[in-house]
Amino acid sequence: MRSWVRFAAGGLVVLLLAALAARWLANDYLFFAAFVVLQFVVLATAWNILGGYGGYVNFGTGAFVATGAYAAVALQKLADLPLPLLVLAGTAAGAVLGSALGLLTLRLRGIYFAIATLAITIILETVVLNWDYVGGARGITLDRPHEDPFFGTYNRMLVVLMAGMAVVAVGIARWVGVSAFGRALSAIRDSEDAAEACGVPTLRRKVQAATLSGAMMGAAGAPLPLYLSFVDHTAAFGLNYAVSAMAMPMIGGTGHWIGPVIGAVLLGTAQQAVTVTISSEVNVLITGLLLIGFVVAAPRGILGWLGR
Amino acid sequence: MTAVLEVTGVVKRFGGFTALSEVSISVGAGERLGIIGPNGSGKTTLMNVIAGRIRPDAGGVRFEGRDIGALPAWRRARIGIARSFQIPLPFGSMSVLDNLRVPLEQGGEADPPGRAAALLEDFGLFPRAAARAGDLSQVELRKLELARAVAGNPRLLISDEAMAGLSGSEIDEVLELLLRLNARGIAVVMIEHMMRAIMRFSGRVVCIEAGRIIAEGPPDAVVADPGVRRAYLGA
Repeated sequence: MRSWVRFAAGGLVVLLLAALAARWLANDYLFFAAFVVLQFVVLATAWNILGGYGGYVNFGTGAFVATGAYAAVALQKLADLPLPLLVLAGTAAGAVLGSALGLLTLRLRGIYFAIATLAITIILETVVLNWDYVGGARGITLDRPHEDPFFGTYNRMLVVLMAGMAVVAVGIARWVGVSAFGRALSAIRDSEDAAEACGVPTLRRKVQAATLSGAMMGAAGAPLPLYLSFVDHTAAFGLNYAVSAMAMPMIGGTGHWIGPVIGAVLLGTAQQAVTVTISSEVNVLITGLLLIGFVVAAPRGILGWLGR
Repeated sequence: MTAVLEVTGVVKRFGGFTALSEVSISVGAGERLGIIGPNGSGKTTLMNVIAGRIRPDAGGVRFEGRDIGALPAWRRARIGIARSFQIPLPFGSMSVLDNLRVPLEQGGEADPPGRAAALLEDFGLFPRAAARAGDLSQVELRKLELARAVAGNPRLLISDEAMAGLSGSEIDEVLELLLRLNARGIAVVMIEHMMRAIMRFSGRVVCIEAGRIIAEGPPDAVVADPGVRRAYLGA
């Protein structure tokens, strides 16, 4: 209980810092970088619930981000809904896709499951490419406010929103890690047969984990088109989402909620620095090299290295 | 003796191979039943049918009078059918204590950590409570398997070759554990190649060969059966 109080206090400090920075910091690029890094904190944390705790490797993070993003785009265009409802819609759409992904685990395990998640990305990208209402291959420009009464610009407000989502996501992952639900997922990862023999309803738990993970990814995707005020399939389905959301927990450590956070902050910041100083192409290369390096030299990530 | 488990006319085919043909056995409450048979005779398949890991093509399974044919494995575990695996399947990345918390939490136990610690004490694993289950020795793994299996207070325990790979004194340790569990009223079905263990443990022995029961009765009688000697002991 006391550790939860400390966690909540830490989360509040993060939010307060984000809000203060949004009001008084001048450099707009820092906000873009912060948006990307915070989004990755949510995505890596979400990925880790199914991939780290449950052991089901999801290569489809891009599909979930895009599902959240395009749910927001479609509803904004259709009914011009307020931001909280758009985020809610993205969350719901991600949850629906997540539960479908969870059902796949009934028949597919290991590498076959991972390939299926990649296939989902390709299928959904094809759907979006041919869906003219949300811009198809051309992409779509969103009509959204530019000012925010409190934070100055709308984008700064979105950064604070993303910080809030990151705190909530990490809180959820932390709860999963210490709960009976989380132990059941870890049992599934270590041996599905033994978990079942211990009374764990394995399929139900996997569907729940995939739904939760998908909902969090969908939520993180919803503000993206609003932030960019333009979105097309390459931005939403980017391979970088799939690779980074997997690389970050692996680099940080998959066994504990803090692992994905460490990975996302380190790798996300490095990617932004490289994008600015070298090029945006090189940043994917960096991710790949770091992932290979960690898988070979420190398979349990930074946390494993530190002996946790 | 009332039957805790009744298997009737179970048939299981894998493609063109018939693993079990018309197998019927019953296990009394608190009974110690030994199952022997050559490798590939269908013993583990039969246990998988009982535990719900595979569905038979025909036949029925009743547990405490209730038809459980449609129940998934996890449900059967929760109503009192426990099993250990031929090759130990620990939750290797978790601590020994957390391995026991999983079945306790699934069973709705009020104080899983406390009960898990008591179980570890009981099975002589308490000093290893904080160790990663993947780091245990073979005999510790066997004990952990049994502790985890009985954590949910089962009425039936299926022990699938729990002695495989153990030394003489370790076999005695595990055998003692199984006898103690049985003394608490848990019916135990022991699949085993270790004849010494089967003879000491079983009140009744069933011999399976090529998916059929070829002999059944007191241990001495089954071992002396000419058909069993031919099929299993190679004499």
